[in-house]
Amino acid sequence: MTDARDIATEAGMLAPEGTHHPGLPPAGIRRAPEGVDGLTTEHLIINMGPQHPSTHGVLRMIVEMDGEEIVSAEASIGYLHRGIEKLAEHRQYNALGTLMDRGDYVSGIHGELASALAVEKLMEIAIPAKADYLRVLLSEINRIASHLVWFGTFGLDTGAMGQFLYAMRDRENLVDILEGITGARMMFNYVRPGGVLADLPAGMAAKILEFCSGFDKYIEEHHDLLGGNEIFQHRVKGIGAIDRDTALAFGLSGANLRGSGVAFDVRRERPYAAYGEMEFDVPVGSTGDSWDRYMVRMEEMRQSNRMIRQCLEGMPEGDFTAKVPRVLRPPEGEVYAAVESSRGETGIHLVSQGGDTPYRFHYKAPSLYALQALEEILPGHLLADVVMIIGSTDIMLGEIDR
Amino acid sequence: MSDVLSVILPVLAAVGLMLANGVVLIYMLRKVLGHLHLRVGPMHVGWHGILQTVADVGKLLTKEDITPTNVDKALFFLAPAAVFVPSLMAYAAIPFSETWSITSLDTGLLYTFAVLSLVPLGILMAGWSSGNKWALLGGMRAAAQQIAYEVPLLLSVLPIVMLSGSLDLVEIVAAQGGYWLGFVPRWFVLHPLGFVASVIFLIAGLAELNQTPFDMSEAESELVAGFASEYSAMKFGLLFLSEFSNSFIISALGVTLFFGGWTLPWIPADVVAKIGPVIFMLKTYIGIAVFMWIRGTYPRVRIDQLMSLGWKRLIPISLGLIMVTGIAIKVVETVRGVS
Repeated sequence: MTDARDIATEAGMLAPEGTHHPGLPPAGIRRAPEGVDGLTTEHLIINMGPQHPSTHGVLRMIVEMDGEEIVSAEASIGYLHRGIEKLAEHRQYNALGTLMDRGDYVSGIHGELASALAVEKLMEIAIPAKADYLRVLLSEINRIASHLVWFGTFGLDTGAMGQFLYAMRDRENLVDILEGITGARMMFNYVRPGGVLADLPAGMAAKILEFCSGFDKYIEEHHDLLGGNEIFQHRVKGIGAIDRDTALAFGLSGANLRGSGVAFDVRRERPYAAYGEMEFDVPVGSTGDSWDRYMVRMEEMRQSNRMIRQCLEGMPEGDFTAKVPRVLRPPEGEVYAAVESSRGETGIHLVSQGGDTPYRFHYKAPSLYALQALEEILPGHLLADVVMIIGSTDIMLGEIDR
Repeated sequence: MSDVLSVILPVLAAVGLMLANGVVLIYMLRKVLGHLHLRVGPMHVGWHGILQTVADVGKLLTKEDITPTNVDKALFFLAPAAVFVPSLMAYAAIPFSETWSITSLDTGLLYTFAVLSLVPLGILMAGWSSGNKWALLGGMRAAAQQIAYEVPLLLSVLPIVMLSGSLDLVEIVAAQGGYWLGFVPRWFVLHPLGFVASVIFLIAGLAELNQTPFDMSEAESELVAGFASEYSAMKFGLLFLSEFSNSFIISALGVTLFFGGWTLPWIPADVVAKIGPVIFMLKTYIGIAVFMWIRGTYPRVRIDQLMSLGWKRLIPISLGLIMVTGIAIKVVETVRGVS
């Protein structure tokens, strides 16, 4: 009797019985070290994840260790795969943002914005100035909220718990603000091709400004509590260094790239929405270690806070959305639009063949590139550093697995 | 008959105290951490969640006790006991007041450290027998860490032994009676040499307890649940309980050695003698609250940093301290002898 397994084996899809089993280490991982003078110590291969408390989602790292030292590491992904790219091929252009919310679910606005920009670029829709400002405003609010999650969980990775909940307190205020504007706390579906869903409700500007002035103080508190701690500094300084060339070779972006000393920021290099009119600094690190990435993200939060104020001050009058048809039918063509999300350059490569659904929708997720670099930088570190380095790169499994 | 009773009753008292302590400390930990973290901790079972721990103990007692397939059954079964029994034994020599202690030993200090040093053996057993890589790593870490920190912990109290001239905990407390300059209590923490010793004692004690910032063996963000990964039901409960009881022991030792034990300054001696155990418990709980405060705030050090801190810093410092104490005692004696 032949069962599915035999058929699959014959077709070469499965290794023959006995030659492969799930316990075998994947390619790239050495099984047993060569003995010196007949003395061998066995390397320990452990699975970190997918149910590990500090792999930030459902990442599975297969780590080969010599004692506590990492010999090699391999990331195994796909545990959160929902087929966003394929689903997009069966959705109307209006609905792409809904899918993107579920990609990088901690900073949904950026994903929505990337997909909306791609559609607008393809259809050459002119956006009202007010919509651009609202997009920047929401992007930056969302950036702070997302960085606060990173900050909190980064501390958790070191075992510090206090600042996590302090960060969550601030994020709670931001999420309340986002809820007030968009109606949702995480899955906003606020940025639409042509503009945004709604204007700021009455009184919201004052509420945001109140947060901004409070946050000026809180961000320093956060930094003092975690970054000012000597134990924390010992845990991150010089750990997980990605040099400039490696960072560029792996295509890193966002704070991971800027931490390595490359001043590349999509908001600055290829301004979208109203970023061309914003004043902000692009912080860069020097050595590319976890501490640099930490400092860059902390500074980004201060800069975002600055931009939120500028948005509210310079908010133009007018419509918050352009007149767009109910069903969007872009012309045939191919387009790439990118935004600077909380994690780096989130890009959408959209191919249209006419009709009301995309032909191909590709999601460039910055975390995926950072994850690939991890395999390069982890060996030589200790097990405790693995969680720190993963934390410092701020990867988001929602957008890696999509 | 009364001989048998006098042996059994203190042991029962120690067990009772340890269990009661566990229940109180778990509740306290949750509340202290909760309020440090802008939360409120348990609120629903009883007034302000005061019965939460009781409910949890009930849950642990009635839960299915799972023994995974790959474990070394004998060691896996024995390990919780091997962790629990030494912590229980450590209560024996703690003096709650001048007269209240389970047994009085001339070498009470040495005895307490000796039994506490058996705990890592049980943790190593738990880690090794679990057949789980995380547990193994946790067990190995615990063993390495506790061996490394036993030394400075013991060395840090030697200056106190030298100053008070006794290994008997009651005598050590008695040596802290009286005042300097007429009003400063003669607690060893206020003594220049004793202060340095108390700082070393705090650091080494936290490491000995596997407490943040040295909670290597169960670093939940690295090792999931460390050596306790495969344990469930009351076996887990015992591992957990002994941890809390150890923090009580270390805090009690700290109070005895550095903070004058059951005594209180500026209050008439006859009043203090009556409420000695209360004062002692209060001081101990304050010490534990400090441990919890550190736990709620500090990040964790890395295993190699922990080792180098222990071997390269704390041990040399405490050895130096012993030498300085010796010289100081001799100098003071000589000066007094001359004058």
